[in-house]
Amino acid sequence: MATKAATPATVRVPVESRASRGLWRDALVRLRRNRPALVGLACIAIFVFVAFFAPWLAQYDPNKGGLGKTFEPPSAAHWAGLDKLGRDELTRVMYGARISLVVGVVSVTVGLTIGGLVGAIAGGVGGRIDTILMRITDVFLAIPGILLAIGIVAWLGQGLVQIMIAVAVANAPIFARILRGSLLSLREAEFVTAARSVGASRTRLLLRHMLPNALTALIVAATLALATAIIDVAGLGFLGLGPPDPRTAEWGTMLTDSTEALRRAPWLIFAPGIAIVISAIGFNLLGDGLRESLDPRLKR
Amino acid sequence: MIKYIVRRLLGAIPVLFGLSIILFAFIHLLPGDPAATILGQHARPELVDAMRHRLGLDLPLWQQYLNYVGDLLHGDLGRSFVNNRSVVDDFFVRFPGTVELTLAALAFAVGLGIPMGRWAARKPQSFSDGFITVVSLVGVSIPIFVLGLSLQYVFAVQLHILPASGRIDPRLQVPYTTNFLLIDTLLAGRPDAFVDSLRHLVLPAIALGSIPLAIITRITRASVLDVTHEDYVRTARAKGLTEKRVDGRHIMRNAWLPVVTVIGLQVGGLLAGAVITETVFAWNGVGKWVVEAIEAHDYFVIQSSILIFALIFLLVNLVVDIGYAFLNPRIRYS
Repeated sequence: MATKAATPATVRVPVESRASRGLWRDALVRLRRNRPALVGLACIAIFVFVAFFAPWLAQYDPNKGGLGKTFEPPSAAHWAGLDKLGRDELTRVMYGARISLVVGVVSVTVGLTIGGLVGAIAGGVGGRIDTILMRITDVFLAIPGILLAIGIVAWLGQGLVQIMIAVAVANAPIFARILRGSLLSLREAEFVTAARSVGASRTRLLLRHMLPNALTALIVAATLALATAIIDVAGLGFLGLGPPDPRTAEWGTMLTDSTEALRRAPWLIFAPGIAIVISAIGFNLLGDGLRESLDPRLKR
Repeated sequence: MIKYIVRRLLGAIPVLFGLSIILFAFIHLLPGDPAATILGQHARPELVDAMRHRLGLDLPLWQQYLNYVGDLLHGDLGRSFVNNRSVVDDFFVRFPGTVELTLAALAFAVGLGIPMGRWAARKPQSFSDGFITVVSLVGVSIPIFVLGLSLQYVFAVQLHILPASGRIDPRLQVPYTTNFLLIDTLLAGRPDAFVDSLRHLVLPAIALGSIPLAIITRITRASVLDVTHEDYVRTARAKGLTEKRVDGRHIMRNAWLPVVTVIGLQVGGLLAGAVITETVFAWNGVGKWVVEAIEAHDYFVIQSSILIFALIFLLVNLVVDIGYAFLNPRIRYS
């Protein structure tokens, strides 16, 4: 879209017989033909649907114990069995989807906002500000992601908000790097030079011409980051850094509980485990599909 | 080449400086008074004051920072305030376990990933290619703790063919000299114990290696496919070289550069993954040490272990970059 704005209206390009529908519509058409991406979209749809409608889909109360024997194996009444307090495991997995979805989306959005801002300033302004911002980014990138998140939760204390902040901060430097990188590569692009030569201001160049074209890489990265965020949130829960209220149905925390009863009730691993894998596969497939459809030069 | 190495080393200095500030802030911006946190909420005020003095928290902030950096430069990472043991000493006891695990995971990922990637690239869009693509997709999407628990359940609980946790059967009583159990058991002349520690290594290495395995497979496949369509490969075929020779001398020679880079990049992820893998398998390494420190609110250990992890990560990246520059002259001169 932005490239159109950079082309003076008087120049006609008769060679192109088919009118371009624009980057996004073209990408959408390609995405619809990408079968793995559609499978991913289906996984995400299931995940989001369950998260939204958990109270209607689930037959039990996620926190009501004593529904039968504790550690009851899967049955017709309780498809995924009962946990150590006799709570319905499937119900808890459904409610757990809400936490994973909210925490995942919020943390990636926050990380994207911080990282995007830093990356846009660094790549757009350049010079000394770029150097300083990138050095700070390097410091955060030097600490492996999950460890950074662990450190932040250890520091801020346990809680859902703290987990969101931790995962956001762990993601932000990656987004900053990606956006800055694509802005730098666009700086010398022909359409940017053209806009510059007709006297577009620096702000206009950045906002109207470079940013819209640099966003594609960021969108792909954010989609893939949702997969990692869901895994990281569950990882924090697994390490005992999940929500402080032990009743909260969170996938990672549920898995920790299941380890204590691996010999007695091994089926308790499967429901939360499969839920995490399906949602992560969904975002990974969609992210790869988006990458391919936004950049048609990439071959499979 | 030396100029490049020096430039990279100098580039690490601001990062280290930034790290020291963040980790200093980690302790000093803790919500509440660290001394009170250490002693618990019911501690008497004079004890808290004494603790503040012992930790140097009553000094001006800039002086505390200089003391911290000074100690770091002398290799003093402080003491755990839970058991008063030196952090550096504890680290060196735990680190060999993590190295053993990480190397085993890397060997698994490389040893299986490269052949799988080459196999998938041989016939793109075939059944085997599709199968390998699905395996690598599941590999990146399955969290270490889910895979780890499933492996434990299948191979240890159900089939009883591999041990579920730990680094070695404690009944074997092997003297620890290097803390690398594979080496210690050999030094002690105990092949039975060597085999036992090797068996303990299998499941954690597979769990930790699953993500790098998926990534290495993908990159190998993509990189081989890229090169296969090059003109010089067609020329090599045209002049009648055997397929084996084309594969070895023309395709792989050019395809392995991105593969090597990606292998290097996995080390950071492996170290982070070790934190979770070691917790699942009760593996006595640095990762489990960090988690124990968090449970005990042992802030100095958390602070120092994050620093050590970051240092190792930086060092590995530096080695990878230098290796890459060594292999690819274009990088050196840019």
